[in-house]
Amino acid sequence: MTVDTDVRPLVSMRGITIAFPGVLALDGVDFFLRPGEVHSLMGENGAGKSTLIKALTGVYAIDAGTIEVADEERDFASTADAQAAGISTVYQEVNLCANLSVGENVMLGHEPRGFAGISWNAVHREAARHLASLGLDLDTRSPLASHSIAIQQLVAISRAMVLDAKVLILDEPTSSLDRGEVEQLFAVIRSLRDRGVAILFVSHFLEQVYEISDRITVLRNGALIGEYLVEDLPREALVTAMIGRELDELSALSGAAERAIDRTGTPVLSAEGVGRKGVLEPADLDVFEGEVVGIAGLLGSGRTEMVRLLYGADKADAGQISVGGERAKMHAPRHAIDRGIAFSSENRRAEGVVAELSVAENMILGVQAQRGWMRRLSKAEQDAIVAEYMEALGVRPADPTVPIGTLSGGNQQKVLLARWLAMQPRLLILDEPTRGIDVGAKADIQRKVAQLAAEGLSVVFISSELEEVLRITQRLAVLRDRRKIGELDPTEVDLDGLVDYIANAGHTERSATR
Amino acid sequence: MTAVVTETPEVSTMDRVRTFAARRASVLPTLAAIAILIVLLIGAQVEFGNFLTPRNLSALLLDHAYLLVLAVGMTFVIVTGGIDLSVGSVMAFTGILGAQMLASGIPVWIVVPVMLAGGAAIGTLIGVLVQYFNVQPFIASLAGLFLGRGLAYVVSLSSIRVENPPILWLQQTRFLIGEWYITPTGIIALVVVAAGAIVMAVTRFGRTVYAIGGSEQSARLMGLSVARTKVMVYVISGLCGGLAGLLLTAYSGAGYPRYGIGTELDVIACVVIGGTLLTGGRGYVLGSMVGVFVFATITTIISFMGAEQAWTHIIVGALLLLFIVVQRAIVARSDRQT
Repeated sequence: MTVDTDVRPLVSMRGITIAFPGVLALDGVDFFLRPGEVHSLMGENGAGKSTLIKALTGVYAIDAGTIEVADEERDFASTADAQAAGISTVYQEVNLCANLSVGENVMLGHEPRGFAGISWNAVHREAARHLASLGLDLDTRSPLASHSIAIQQLVAISRAMVLDAKVLILDEPTSSLDRGEVEQLFAVIRSLRDRGVAILFVSHFLEQVYEISDRITVLRNGALIGEYLVEDLPREALVTAMIGRELDELSALSGAAERAIDRTGTPVLSAEGVGRKGVLEPADLDVFEGEVVGIAGLLGSGRTEMVRLLYGADKADAGQISVGGERAKMHAPRHAIDRGIAFSSENRRAEGVVAELSVAENMILGVQAQRGWMRRLSKAEQDAIVAEYMEALGVRPADPTVPIGTLSGGNQQKVLLARWLAMQPRLLILDEPTRGIDVGAKADIQRKVAQLAAEGLSVVFISSELEEVLRITQRLAVLRDRRKIGELDPTEVDLDGLVDYIANAGHTERSATR
Repeated sequence: MTAVVTETPEVSTMDRVRTFAARRASVLPTLAAIAILIVLLIGAQVEFGNFLTPRNLSALLLDHAYLLVLAVGMTFVIVTGGIDLSVGSVMAFTGILGAQMLASGIPVWIVVPVMLAGGAAIGTLIGVLVQYFNVQPFIASLAGLFLGRGLAYVVSLSSIRVENPPILWLQQTRFLIGEWYITPTGIIALVVVAAGAIVMAVTRFGRTVYAIGGSEQSARLMGLSVARTKVMVYVISGLCGGLAGLLLTAYSGAGYPRYGIGTELDVIACVVIGGTLLTGGRGYVLGSMVGVFVFATITTIISFMGAEQAWTHIIVGALLLLFIVVQRAIVARSDRQT
């Protein structure tokens, strides 16, 4: 990995080490950012990308190593310090104030002031100028909240330009943008690069990384794997660098899709025309015994909305749900739980774990709620359940008394899975169970799901990772724009076929009404 | 379902209304408050015949000058998303402290700054608790409420008359403009409103207040001085409490440790009726002034009717509920646009 060094780095991070209690988040990582380049930082979740960014933006203090910006050694105590040194960050969740106007968001803290305080005409004029230099023509007096996330992101970038940023960090900026919006963002990124701004880009979309980057640095488990020019690093090599040998673990699972399912009997869950105005157009879905049904679609296509309607977390205003052939009203999660349906939310932190409680308490929560609070589980029963699932799912650390908040995302997810499995459901709905967790845990969870399904459990599985959905499901319901557009057999399509189906199947009439 | 037949609206007018609503949704609650104020005033005039007299309207301002000052301070706090429950007791404490000091013969040019500083000191304490010790504003200012009330009782358990000429001058002087009149206390209150409105609208401090109310996290990441601003809003509210103590002492001619019990809730009600969002980020000082006038008008109407003043609170409570629902609807609407 030889990298040309004719351009002097604007940012040099050497030997950066950051330790959290029990975890070495970064271990002697070097990172160089040169002016006029787009440099992607790649790695699996937990590789240390966000920790490195936070070290550079002054959010975390470093335990060892040096940071030089423009040949000057720096020690950032706060984000304001880093901003003063010309480092600006645009985050995935746009960090602007939605209650204020577009113009004010661009200029906040740097408003031109006249004799009588802030001169609002000048503020809006300046803001319009900065927006125009990125090719944006917006009503600067309109509230920020009235614009799409994509526009808000560009407004955030304009703001960085007001601060005269020499380094612009874009942390997952494209995760909620559609194709056209990404193009607009990339045009802006390119024009900034051409002006000599050093851009650090983080995204988990490989296509986008290859489209925009000049250089790629790969991290794995808190360590530097290497820095590469994008043309020297084919995709397979990048993926291998990111996940290492663990790739094999996942491929061992393939074959689940071929398992034959008996679809002649009564479905465990049957939804006919279930929908809710503005949320999901009426859709049908059957789930048979022992079947893993995947729901595929892009972010915002209605995946989560669909399962929330099936579970009764949101009330459907159309359609009919039957469980085991019996008509069931699903107006509250209670109704679903009583019929043996369990739902693991995609929002692990807010709707899943209770961070302060121990691993064991988190596991027991579901069973206890199912029994009702009057009939307490005895200590022995609790211990038996906890021991069984700690073992079956391989939760680490293997100590059920530690607070769940101290566990890694993957292990938290295993505990949540245990919580639902302990209730012995007939149908388990998993919404993004493997998001943001490391490959090892991901493989464990997928293996467990496959095993349970083979034993007769029905599963509805949502994942943004289409490869994962293809690998472990026996049938796929595909959603787009809050509408079910069809069902696919995963043995008959490959990844490209699925992507193509999501993108083009059905009608092609409406091109983005937003 | 029967289809409702509507006349085709004039598109241009509707569009203009919609653009205005989208751009300036945050002034809608304040406009609603103004509308209610006008309805109240006209209704009272029709009912009593002698309501809209210069004399009565002048008294409206005079009787509620202290409330106006408190509402200005409270607006700053609520726009950041906080709350200050201490203002009523701070007002009582500074009032009784001033009265006691004057009674002991301390000159007025020392007493007044001490009253203001006393209010600001309690405000600082609350601000520091909120910002640096991460205490909920509700709890921190509740502590301020007890502290202020306790200190007031420490100073004196009974009322202390104020005979100091400069203080009485604040209340008794009447500048006449035709049939209208205004007292120095009224002028002070209006000056505070104007100053508050200007600070909120055209200073970086004021805009930081709004930014914090919108998203504190974002404001911090934008490099704004969040910590200093958050402490400052409580200092301002405390300072307004001290000033209100002075105005109330002048108005009633005495300091009394039981003044202002429950006033903090009246103030919050006025601010919310005036269009400030309790969750922060939206609101206007001038709106709070309208809120105070709505409150004052209701009080006056009740006394014109000779009814129990308890009805004031019932009506204000109902209005408050109405406004909070209206605000929720507006916020929900503007959220849906994204």
